[in-house]
Amino acid sequence: MGFKLKRKEVEQYEIDMTPMIDMTFQLIAFFMILINFEAAEQDSRVVLPSSQLAKPPEAPFETPITIQMTKDGNPLLAAEVYADRKALIPKLKNEVYVLQTQNSSAANATIIIRAHKDCKTGDVQDLIKVCQEVGFEKFTLRANEEIGY
Amino acid sequence: MAVKIKKQGNSKIAIDMTPMIDIVFQLLTFFVMTLKIATAEGDFNIRMPLAAPRAGPPDPNQLPPMKLFLKADSAGKCARVVMNDSEFSGGDRWTRLHNHVAGIVGDGSLASSAEVELVCDYNLHYEHVIEAITAVSGEMRDGQIVKLVEKIKFSPPVAQ
Repeated sequence: MGFKLKRKEVEQYEIDMTPMIDMTFQLIAFFMILINFEAAEQDSRVVLPSSQLAKPPEAPFETPITIQMTKDGNPLLAAEVYADRKALIPKLKNEVYVLQTQNSSAANATIIIRAHKDCKTGDVQDLIKVCQEVGFEKFTLRANEEIGY
Repeated sequence: MAVKIKKQGNSKIAIDMTPMIDIVFQLLTFFVMTLKIATAEGDFNIRMPLAAPRAGPPDPNQLPPMKLFLKADSAGKCARVVMNDSEFSGGDRWTRLHNHVAGIVGDGSLASSAEVELVCDYNLHYEHVIEAITAVSGEMRDGQIVKLVEKIKFSPPVAQ
């Protein structure tokens, strides 16, 4: 006696992928917005001191030039380390030349100093002095925002 | 001659979503792994004009600059904090310095004319300078910064 096998109809369940794809794209958009595009300005060798009064500026500086300083007192300009602060002078003069081509001057630019919390204050002051020799007058000292928790 | 149009059935075209979802998840992984949560940063403006001889007598409406001496120990830690003739020590020295400056400057109306000159030892750790600037420059009230002193400058460093 032969057995007859009934063919069962295979039901296909269609999953609606739209919400998942929507959510994933929203996550990507979120991360793209959150990503810090100014990370190039930061350097892992520089740990800033923190202050409760350090708040992000309301408006960006017109012509900022960021100089960082490591714990050893070596300045960093455009990700290049200078063993001697005097070696910064030609680079700073170049910056002044660029400013002059834009009908500006060193007096209008702002030097942002991002110095390591344990570097010597004298080294920071020497750096300011070098910048003054080139003609810069406006300086800001950068610090991390201290969060009270 | 009549043209016959064949009726086409409503056949669904199934798009294979797998490669797209793969790429999307790879992008997501990339962003998650490269994300660096950076803390917010703020600035303290300091006045360091080029050295120029003072022209004429000092302005009588201008407060004389308050000299703040920061002395370092051999390790570079802040050992002494002296403003004019008052010395501040102990764990709450920055708070007491702040109160002292607030007593001189008042309610903040003189913030633009008051001036603090920092005289620091060469080896002093930079974080103590920021602590001192924080103490003299203002305070937080209801989430807002109330300025006490806007003009801050450095004297040439003192060699130990």
